[in-house]
This record gives sequence, C-alpha cells and structure tokens, in this order.
Amino acid sequence: MKRVLLYFSIGILFGITMIKSEAASWFRIYEMFQFKSFHMYGIIGAAVALGVIITQSIKRFKLRSFFGEEIQIPSKTKLVKAPLFGGVIFGLGWALTGACPGPIYVLIGAGYFPLLIVLVSALLGTYCYGVLKPRLPH
Amino acid sequence: MAPVYKYFFNLILIQYVFIYLSEIFLFMNFISEPWPWYIGGPAIAVVLFLLLFSEKQFGMSSNLRTLCAMAGAGKKTVFFNFDWRQYRWNLIVAIGAAVGGLIAANFMTDGSVGAIHQDVVLQLDSMGVYGAGENYMPETFFSADAFSNPKTLALLALGGFLVGFGTRYAGGCTSGHAISGLSNLQLQSLFAVIGFFIGGLLMNHFLLPYLL
Repeated sequence: MKRVLLYFSIGILFGITMIKSEAASWFRIYEMFQFKSFHMYGIIGAAVALGVIITQSIKRFKLRSFFGEEIQIPSKTKLVKAPLFGGVIFGLGWALTGACPGPIYVLIGAGYFPLLIVLVSALLGTYCYGVLKPRLPH
Repeated sequence: MAPVYKYFFNLILIQYVFIYLSEIFLFMNFISEPWPWYIGGPAIAVVLFLLLFSEKQFGMSSNLRTLCAMAGAGKKTVFFNFDWRQYRWNLIVAIGAAVGGLIAANFMTDGSVGAIHQDVVLQLDSMGVYGAGENYMPETFFSADAFSNPKTLALLALGGFLVGFGTRYAGGCTSGHAISGLSNLQLQSLFAVIGFFIGGLLMNHFLLPYLL
C-alpha cells in the first residue's frame, strides 16, 4: 500500500510537471518543430543533463534504492533499425496530435477528452505492432 | 545607545517581513503561472530520480502494452503474453499522472499560457488553428466539438495509431528513450530520438499543412 501511494504521488508530480511546463501543449510541440523557441529543448536538455548525472552516479557508486536494494538499470538491446523506424513513426504521430504516451493520460485528466480517441487508437497501434512484430525489420 | 540599536533592529525586521511576503507572492506566481524550462526540466529529472530509487524505470509508453495484455491480447499474440500484474505500478503512475493533470489544470492556473513565437501564431492562424499563446490547447482538436467533426476524429485516431505503433516498435517514447535512455547513454536511444525528430519534422513541415 505504501508503494502504491509512492507510485501514485510520483504520477501526480509528473502530471503537474507536464501541464505546468507546457510540455504537453500542442502549440509548444508545434513551435519546437518550427525551431522558433528554446523552451522544449531547454526542458529536454535540462532533464537529460540532470538525468545523466543521476543515472551515472547510481551505476558508478552502486547507490541503493529507498528500499535498501542496489539499483539495477537495465540496458536496452542494441538495435538500430527498430528505434529508428519506430521513432520516425512515433514522431509523425507526436507532431500531429502533440501527444506523447505520458501526456495522453495527463491531458485526459486535465479535461481534454478528445485525447480518449488518441488513447484508444494508440492501444490499437500497439496491438497491431504486437501482431506484426515477427514480420518487421528490427 | 539602546534606542538607536532598537531603531535599526526594527528596520531590519521590517525588511525581513517585506522579503518574506514578496517571496510568498513569488511562490504564488510560481503555482499559478506556466513554468519556465529551467523549472520543468529539473522537475522531470526529479520524477526520473524518484522512479529509479523506487527500483522502477521512467517509461510511459509500456503502459499501452500492459493495457493490451490486461485486455487479453496475450491469448493470440506472443508479444502480449506476459504477466501484466508485474507492471501494475506503471498503471498507478499513469492514473497519478491523470490526477496531476486534473489538479494542475483546475487549481494551479491563472489561465495564462506562455508566449508562443509570433511567426508561429500567424502561421497557425493562416492554417485555421487559432488560440496559440492564448489557450493551452487548440480548440479545433481538443474541445468537445472534436467528437462531432469527422475530420478531426480521423486525424486524432491516425495520430494515436502512429504514436502507439511507433513507440512500441522503437521500444520507448520521449520518457523511455529521450529521458531514461539518453541518461543511461544508450546509443539506440539516440537513434530513437533522431527518428522522433525525422518523423516530427516531416509531419510538421510537409504533412500538417495538407492535413489541417
């Protein structure tokens, strides 16, 4: 139960951050792809810069979690085609709807209910990938 | 000597009260106004930190796979044939995210949004997308009217499908690849982010003008 509350609180912080930083804003994402504002690049850049420090410190100093275990950071498999092709497909959808998978939930909560359509079709897209996976280049 | 000393003491006290009040005022602005990038970016890093120290990963798109598995897609497709219960924590994060969105949009805003570059505002106006720099989201797509507009519905459905298909194919989205993956210095996350931008720029510059 304590852990459920922990994950729930982290989610709330994430949701507030997405709305308040405007990372979930369609306009901001449009502006980013037009290279007319530093805002989104600043957000991602600052998050990654601090993220590198956090992640590399965990690995270097073998830091322990809140629950006392050594933190494991799984390395993803060394693929080239899948992240590139999949990335392009996601990018097309991202620039069209302005929705990454995280902000979909955030924006529905914020009351932008047409995102429910995006969520349902994203589930359908994920399902289609699962079915087609054996036939796609990875 | 004593009265002079007291006089200075009072002056300093008044000054401190003033500074304290103005700080509360600044904090109130911080709650109600949009955050600049140097607050938003580090806040995302805090989310990453909290999840890693809870022995979990920051990646929102895997929830879509978990939801498919929950709905029983594993019976027919190997990709969804796993014990989704071990990923319940991430669904709780997603529910929290929705609640966070509700809180921020209703109780932490004075209705103002960050300025959007004037060129972008004019460009969007000419494309029939109004409200840049005034509303948080374009009403054309994200107000309740969207449900009765077949073209908008089709665009939202198409975009959602691409997001769902693409993130799973790539093995992550902006959180899983761009934040977690790049922080872990993974080369494939860099390929994914390059892919995100190729796709995003294609849509933004060459396809959106025809689709809208």
